[in-house]
Amino acid sequence: MRNLSVNKHLLLALLGLGNVVYAGSVFAEYKYNMTQGVTPISGEIYDLHMMVFWIVTAIGIGVFSVMIYSIINHRKSKGVKPAEFHESTEVEVLWTIIPFVILIFIAFPATKTLLALEDSSDADVTIKVTGYQWKWHYEYLDDDAKGLSFFSNLDAESNEARQLGANQDLSQVDHYLLNVDNPIVLPTNKKVRFLVTSNDVIHSWWVPALGVKQDAIPGYINDTWTYLKKPGVYRGQCTELCGKDHGFMPIVVLAKPENEYKEWLAQKQAEKKAAEEEAKGVWSLEKLMTKGEQVYNTSCAGCHQANGKGLPGMFPAIAGSKIALGPIADHINTVMNGKSGTAMQAFGAQLSDADLAAVITYERNAFGNNTGDAVQPSDIKSAR
Amino acid sequence: MSTATAHDTAHDHHGPPAGLSRWLFTTNHKDIGTLYLWFSFTMLLIGGAMAMVIRAELFQPGMQIVDPNFFNQMTTLHGLIMVFGAIMPAFVGLANWLIPMMIGAPDMALPRMNNWSFWILPFAGTLLLSTLFMEGGGPNFGWTFYAPLSTTYGPESTDFFIFAVHLLGMSSIMGAINIIATILNMRAPGMTLMKMPLFVWTWLITAFLLIAAMPVLAGAVTMMLADRHFGTSFFNAAGGGDPILFQHVFWFFGHPEVYIMILPAFGIISQIVPTFSRKKLFGYSSMVYATASIAFLSFIVWAHHMYTVGMPVAGELFFMYATILISVPTGVKVFNWVATMWRGALTFEVPMLWALAFIFLFTLGGFSGLMLGVTPADTQYHDTYFVVAHFHYVLVAGALFSIIAAVYYWLPKWTGHMYDQTLAKIHFWWSVISVNILFFPMHFLGLAGMPRRIPDYAIQFAEFNQLASIGGFAFGLSQLLFLYILIKTIRGGEKATDKVWEKPEGLEWTVASPAPYHTFATPPQVK
Ligand SMILES: [Cu+2]
Repeated sequence: MRNLSVNKHLLLALLGLGNVVYAGSVFAEYKYNMTQGVTPISGEIYDLHMMVFWIVTAIGIGVFSVMIYSIINHRKSKGVKPAEFHESTEVEVLWTIIPFVILIFIAFPATKTLLALEDSSDADVTIKVTGYQWKWHYEYLDDDAKGLSFFSNLDAESNEARQLGANQDLSQVDHYLLNVDNPIVLPTNKKVRFLVTSNDVIHSWWVPALGVKQDAIPGYINDTWTYLKKPGVYRGQCTELCGKDHGFMPIVVLAKPENEYKEWLAQKQAEKKAAEEEAKGVWSLEKLMTKGEQVYNTSCAGCHQANGKGLPGMFPAIAGSKIALGPIADHINTVMNGKSGTAMQAFGAQLSDADLAAVITYERNAFGNNTGDAVQPSDIKSAR
Repeated sequence: MSTATAHDTAHDHHGPPAGLSRWLFTTNHKDIGTLYLWFSFTMLLIGGAMAMVIRAELFQPGMQIVDPNFFNQMTTLHGLIMVFGAIMPAFVGLANWLIPMMIGAPDMALPRMNNWSFWILPFAGTLLLSTLFMEGGGPNFGWTFYAPLSTTYGPESTDFFIFAVHLLGMSSIMGAINIIATILNMRAPGMTLMKMPLFVWTWLITAFLLIAAMPVLAGAVTMMLADRHFGTSFFNAAGGGDPILFQHVFWFFGHPEVYIMILPAFGIISQIVPTFSRKKLFGYSSMVYATASIAFLSFIVWAHHMYTVGMPVAGELFFMYATILISVPTGVKVFNWVATMWRGALTFEVPMLWALAFIFLFTLGGFSGLMLGVTPADTQYHDTYFVVAHFHYVLVAGALFSIIAAVYYWLPKWTGHMYDQTLAKIHFWWSVISVNILFFPMHFLGLAGMPRRIPDYAIQFAEFNQLASIGGFAFGLSQLLFLYILIKTIRGGEKATDKVWEKPEGLEWTVASPAPYHTFATPPQVK
């Protein structure tokens, strides 16, 4: 497919239509090797990787040359008589000691880099990263961020295109599977510390360009750090198998210079205020349903499916379910507090009053449930 | 009563009873070896079929064939079946066939237990596979089954998986006890420990690894079972437990486990290379010591699978140093094989071809292993396709290739027929080329950032995945040719001589081809 499209671009370029630049960027994405990244640590890791790579290449060339020489020259068909020797303590000692010395040579820079990688002290910015099935949550812990927090989901376009049998032209999807609705924004030239944990199963937060991979483990808070030198967009993925949608919880880091970062913080605060204001009024059923469908698709459809039918034996259906058709209070309780011992999370801490009201309303009226109930944000507020 | 009499009579006549009961009730090491090998081959094909599903889904970006949950069941069962169903039983099968003949013993030391340890396997395997048809599907948490994904979040069928693992573990432990008892008690007069063929040595050490490692696995799954049903919280953080504890326990089993799957391979290669070099194995005693050192080190490196869980830095340093140290004894092995070939008189019959491919490709896998051992670099490699490439080089191009080499080396002794060498060479070249098309691009995928265990990927990974899939289909197909060659050889073919090869060493070549049902009823004298 790629070859085809590249050929097409080359053809267009030859025709003077000037697509060379685009074709070039396609090639730039295409990599054989580890990224050097954009942080001091990712650069050191790359150097270490290349050093060990060249050492093993040299050893490989040495060993394989001897083998190949033997295969070519020491053949019975060439009439050689086999030699008699079959042991030599000197040789054995030699080829035990030489590799050992090489290992010491590797161990020194590896130790140095490891100590640097583990030193997360004196951070300027601290962000808590929490893994959820199957999204990331970011919480800015510094005073100037005033408790800013949000979820980061696979973006809607990729999410639609990745459904079984969707059969879309994926080259038209913006960064297929590597794009999110709310990227994490970081300041450049600051030491950023991440506190990584999980709400459910083990995930792992990996952004190759940052040289950061840290497991997110329930019950533990792991810390790691980064120092971005260049503004830009850096993409990564969850790297610890975390269930069905493990492949669909990417990470997007937006690195901005400090002043832009501050602007972004202020803008996020304003958005949060506005949303809180809006939640105070009484919402129409229609408005709740529209909002509810959005929330359902990002937070619930992963398990209960977009059609509300669930997955038999794994995730119960919403369509015709006892909870969605039963008393409103029980429904609110289940969504807000989850169900212990199952994959059903407590969404009370994850979603706003308006989002919860909307999604519960949606579940009670979509998929043929048709209860006609409208749950208001104020109902959620009083249930908290 | 009557069957018992018939059985005894059959023994008197030194021939196997006919029909199904021969296989059900057999206590003969050769029969049991054959059963193990066929079981293993069946599992190889089933696990291979699952790999085909995986490669078909990954052939291009987007989800085309299976849903993500089923994909996870495929990766999980592929791993479990290949490790516990294909590779391990194949080595036990080879041990059954060969160890008594190599040490001049009439049979295994504990023949009835031998029967039992085999016959547990088909039940365990069926139990494991049956989970695929249960409501909620089979295990979907990877062959490493990390908690809490496998405990709180596991499907209902997890309990059947736990029971299957218990059974597989019992089978392995009994097999290991039998092998140790046989090697330590049943050697022919004059067969001192330091005269034993290396295959016997590597299996003796492997058997000790099995006895030490399998109970740890049994402990891990039992704790899982208790967490799932009896209200304990060993691995549940919400109840005061520790999900990382699971990983420590699992890998305390899991790392020796990878050496369980490679030490017998070292033994096989050490048998084959001297035969076709017409020269004694170089550094026999250093091979034995290197195997023992690898076995010891395998117990103190487990946490190199866990560099990203947030261990204290002192722990990470210790595990890094211990891990890269393993490359020293492993290197010694490779150097010894090369020195054995050096100034030999080489010929390239089919077993030698596979052995040479093993040395080249296993060494490549060793190189990526050394790279992975370096903790900071593992920050980038961990849980990517680079790791997938690494362990398939050591387990497919390593362990599996050694098993195939062994089959081609000893098959004429087992069946009395020489196989079709042209077909076997086609099988070799087809496999060795396709296996590299399959696994080599995975190094690039991992380095470029593709995580493992994902059912779909970003489009920049498309070409290499497509290439790997093509290699995968070809490699899968080539094993059907292997099946054809095996059946053809069993049914007939050119009569094999007793020595089979020009100048093989070992007691197994002193008996007739095919090896009689009972060998060494009176022990041979070893000089
Ligand atoms: Cu995840």
